[in-house]
Amino acid sequence: MTLLSVVLVAAIVVALLLGRYPKPGFTAPRTLFSDPLAGQIFFRLRMPRVLLSVLLGMTLATSGAVFQLMFSNPLVEPGFLGVTQGAAFGAVLAILLFAGSLAAIQVSAALCGILGLGLAYLLARKIRFGGWILRLILAGLAVSALFTAGIGIFKYAADPLTQLPEITFWLLGGLSHISWGELLWVFPVACIGLSLMLLFRWRVNLLTLSDETAFALGTAPQRVRLVLIVAATLSVAAVISVSGIVLWLGLIVPHLARRIFGADGRYSLPGSLLIGGSFGLVCDTLARMLLPGEIPLGIMSSLLGAILFAVILTRRGFRQ
Amino acid sequence: MSDPAALAFSEVFFTHGGDAPRIRNCSFEVPEGSITAILGPNGAGKTTLLHLALGWLQPDGGRISLFGRDLDAFTPRQRGTTQSLLPQKEPTGFEFTVLEYVLLGRAPHLKPLAAPGERDIRIATNALSRTTILPLEYQSISRLSGGETQLLLLARSLTQEPKLLLLDEPMNHLDLRHRKGMLELLLDWRAAGKTSVLTTHNPETAAALADHLILVFPGGGMVCGAFAELFTGEHLSALYGLPIRTFDHDGRCYVDY
Repeated sequence: MTLLSVVLVAAIVVALLLGRYPKPGFTAPRTLFSDPLAGQIFFRLRMPRVLLSVLLGMTLATSGAVFQLMFSNPLVEPGFLGVTQGAAFGAVLAILLFAGSLAAIQVSAALCGILGLGLAYLLARKIRFGGWILRLILAGLAVSALFTAGIGIFKYAADPLTQLPEITFWLLGGLSHISWGELLWVFPVACIGLSLMLLFRWRVNLLTLSDETAFALGTAPQRVRLVLIVAATLSVAAVISVSGIVLWLGLIVPHLARRIFGADGRYSLPGSLLIGGSFGLVCDTLARMLLPGEIPLGIMSSLLGAILFAVILTRRGFRQ
Repeated sequence: MSDPAALAFSEVFFTHGGDAPRIRNCSFEVPEGSITAILGPNGAGKTTLLHLALGWLQPDGGRISLFGRDLDAFTPRQRGTTQSLLPQKEPTGFEFTVLEYVLLGRAPHLKPLAAPGERDIRIATNALSRTTILPLEYQSISRLSGGETQLLLLARSLTQEPKLLLLDEPMNHLDLRHRKGMLELLLDWRAAGKTSVLTTHNPETAAALADHLILVFPGGGMVCGAFAELFTGEHLSALYGLPIRTFDHDGRCYVDY
């Protein structure tokens, strides 16, 4: 765990010094002071972007870990309760209505992401069969499908020369437009969510048990479950409202963390946090460094994630 | 007046869904420091009785009390520190280690944001050594055999440090040596003044342990009483619907069928 923290901090420092100005590759710290433009880029563009990529990775991975434990389902990803598709719907709607105002897109994405969770929750309460967990999963699927259909309609109706490319880029995810403004409001939301999840890191184990077992152990899982769902969803909605859709990260990193640290949330949640932060940072750094143009972050995370996933699944456990 | 019973049912009715009542007018008392066995054929409702005692199922009528106090008046936390259940089967998903899983039994003793400390770990490892699976402490629970899983769940029940232990078919999956261990553990448990209630479909398990019997007939009828009174060929024949003889050998009761 200590090693991982050191790796993360070192990676942040290295990533801060990597860029495409003045020339592609490493930026010597000295240049930052001699070349005013390099300094500007460093402090106003690169720094918030690097920090946000770490925060994005941490939030998606930790929420993913919490959701996978809570729903006793290793295939769950953090946005599955209607959040990801809700946010995407909100962003696309704003692109069509407000002709690409960045703030409008972000606010609309965050609100619709939360709306997605709300709808899934209400629907789950109305479903008449199955346990609470199954009902939430089904409701999440239904709400996500509904929003996906809405996105399809918007894409069909969008102007193919101006709006459609913007929609596509948003759906592929990316952090190229990040400034301190975004970080300023995403950071507190994500931090509160992450702290809550980490505070419950032992209790979350009890949520992996069946309701009957949890009852026999004298616990009332409903309240902890609700707190964690809200904490995870709000922080995920906050980060993806500025990043666009970044898939796979929240699915794979928790698997990796459980392989290394075991299932117990006391270790697998902080593990997911640190690995997720590093993974988000690596993906975003590669996304902005590899080509002169920007590779969408969602593509990078899927690419690296899928490779990593295949490696994890074909190896035996790292533990003992 | 004598001490209140560890567990008391008074005129309890329970209907599963809309069918005829599974349990009808059920009244019995389990004295503190005794072992009570619930005997009956498959599907008669033995597990249902335990789930009612646990509070997981709510009766449709009548009262259930624990140590003289209405079960409804307990908070979840008080319930979890007063009684524990060894379930018949339990689905497990993730690869917890044996020790991590047993530590979950400390949940009702810990504050909402607390994690188990050294004292909790000592209690858990004690329970593991009493159930003979301490050497498996760091193994993943998904790699345990059926019998080892049974001992794991028992260790978790003990880690809850309850006053009343509910056991649903405790002998399931256990080989002869571990059955013997289970018998000894439950007799020690009684010697320490604590109470247990177990279900079993095997009369000989009841014969080796029980002070009291509850016979559950298919259809919801019930007879309760002292072991010697009820462990007769006549009662058992009626219970299982086939001729059964009981006989003593070296001071222990056996059945012949």
